[in-house]
Amino acid sequence: MDSSSLTAIWLTCKLATLTTLLLLLVGTPIAWWLANTRSRLKGPIGALVALPLVLPPTVLGFYLLITFGPHGFIGKAMDALNLQRLPFTFAGLVVASVIYSLPFVVQPIQNAFEAIGKRPLEVAASLRASPFDAFFTVALPLARPGFATAAILGFAHTVGEFGVILMIGGNIPGKTQVLSVKIYDYVENTNYTQAHWLAGGMVFFSFFILLLLYGSRKRAGWSR
Amino acid sequence: MIGRFRIHYPDFTLDVDLALPEAGITALFGPSGSGKTTILRCMAGLERAAGGFLSIADEVWQDEPRGIFLPTHKRPLGLVFQETSLFPHLSVLGNLRYGMKRAGNAKGEGFDAMLDLLGIRALLERDPESLSGGERQRVSIARALLTRPRLLLMDEPLSALDMKRKLEILPYLERLRDELSIPVLYVSHSLDEVARLADHLVLIENGKAIANGALMDVLSRLDLDAAFAGETGAVLETTVVAHEADGLTRLEFPGGHIYVAGHAHKIGNRLRCRIHARDVSLALNAHTDTSILNTLPATVVAIADTDTPGHVLVQLKLMDEKSLLLARITERSRQALGIKPGLAVIAQVKSVAMLR
Repeated sequence: MDSSSLTAIWLTCKLATLTTLLLLLVGTPIAWWLANTRSRLKGPIGALVALPLVLPPTVLGFYLLITFGPHGFIGKAMDALNLQRLPFTFAGLVVASVIYSLPFVVQPIQNAFEAIGKRPLEVAASLRASPFDAFFTVALPLARPGFATAAILGFAHTVGEFGVILMIGGNIPGKTQVLSVKIYDYVENTNYTQAHWLAGGMVFFSFFILLLLYGSRKRAGWSR
Repeated sequence: MIGRFRIHYPDFTLDVDLALPEAGITALFGPSGSGKTTILRCMAGLERAAGGFLSIADEVWQDEPRGIFLPTHKRPLGLVFQETSLFPHLSVLGNLRYGMKRAGNAKGEGFDAMLDLLGIRALLERDPESLSGGERQRVSIARALLTRPRLLLMDEPLSALDMKRKLEILPYLERLRDELSIPVLYVSHSLDEVARLADHLVLIENGKAIANGALMDVLSRLDLDAAFAGETGAVLETTVVAHEADGLTRLEFPGGHIYVAGHAHKIGNRLRCRIHARDVSLALNAHTDTSILNTLPATVVAIADTDTPGHVLVQLKLMDEKSLLLARITERSRQALGIKPGLAVIAQVKSVAMLR
């Protein structure tokens, strides 16, 4: 495997890790809200979160490119703050990945919160735990299997990302050239040997991830 | 303790105004769906009745017109649910500590006594999932009480247990009743449980309280036959006075004495007995030529029609002029014997249910 492949692997791991951490931070409150709200906005917000599941990545990438660009509102905001615009940067990839993988993190956590139900939180309240306290000492520990699934899915989905990256990240080695793009690059240049290394590695990686996921699901079969 | 709650649901309206004793066990009894649990949830602050009011020992927890509503976690109460509600991610000890810590009882005041009272000392290191249903409920009760609540709310704590487990946990509840100084509100749809444990009884039907009074008084009322669904019967609080050679035990109470079979209780123990109205028949004279063992001289107080075709319910006053008994007899017998208020009769008791 050549050094540019290793660079791509490292970049991919960095992107997926950072994205997963951010997603757990952003996704948990969204999942909590979706699991508990009686608001009429639950439907629309839920649909919005799930949108990346059905949209072609190119569509998402296209609109992100426009919003991040010099005429988009995020692009304009970045200009006003004297920050570098997001397209073709690693930061841009992170923001895009967070949006793209959002449903893969929110939904397992939401399901876990819904499965817990209200009762354990009512019990916590009767034991003098404030809602904030009960969230951290009861809801989070009980939803742990959901968080494990969410982290694994979020990480794996970000690693497998291609279309969005190509649209907004381009193909800059060491900066935005992640694994999936690198493989495409090799194949275009008919460098099949290198492509095999990476593609084969991905097959093993994905299999391992799924194994982990199903294993943890079985173990997570706790009941009340 | 005063609680006023009115909540409208699409298919159900709860509307109660309750004045309840500040000590002892008060049972909320009624069929499923009558609103018992909703009352409990209102008291716990888990449901919020728009115009609700709740005060306990001169402390106001909810007074909506004045804008007062303490959320659940600010109410010093203990709550025991129907099914096990122990946190599965904490050990038994972790569960007990969860409430103690937050209720300002980190030092564990009363901890040892509570372990003994509920017999859970050996369970501390165990996982909730490895406990039996009865053990879990005992731990739940201990967890609630270790927060040193001012009010204990129990929502059918035995109904998820089988008969064996129920019998195992009932003695613990009786000890609680005798040792706790706080009021306990106990929701149940089992008349046996209520008759055995409660001091005070509130009858709930269709979201309304149709009776509210001392247990013995409410159980010997004539007008509640429908609510008790044919299980109508008075309760007598007796004392075990002697075990006799032929296998019978003599129980005494202010209005007389009765014999029951079985030596299970210590002499001097208090023992509650329930006498179903259907197990009491009336005679005008004391017979010696009858196999019925328990006969009690009584005076007819009142007579009421019932839903049981051809039958009437007769309320009787025993010798002490206080103890009440109910008898279900046919209208034909009533006419044949000329039973009317004030008449002296002999109540023949065919069967006595010992409640503990």
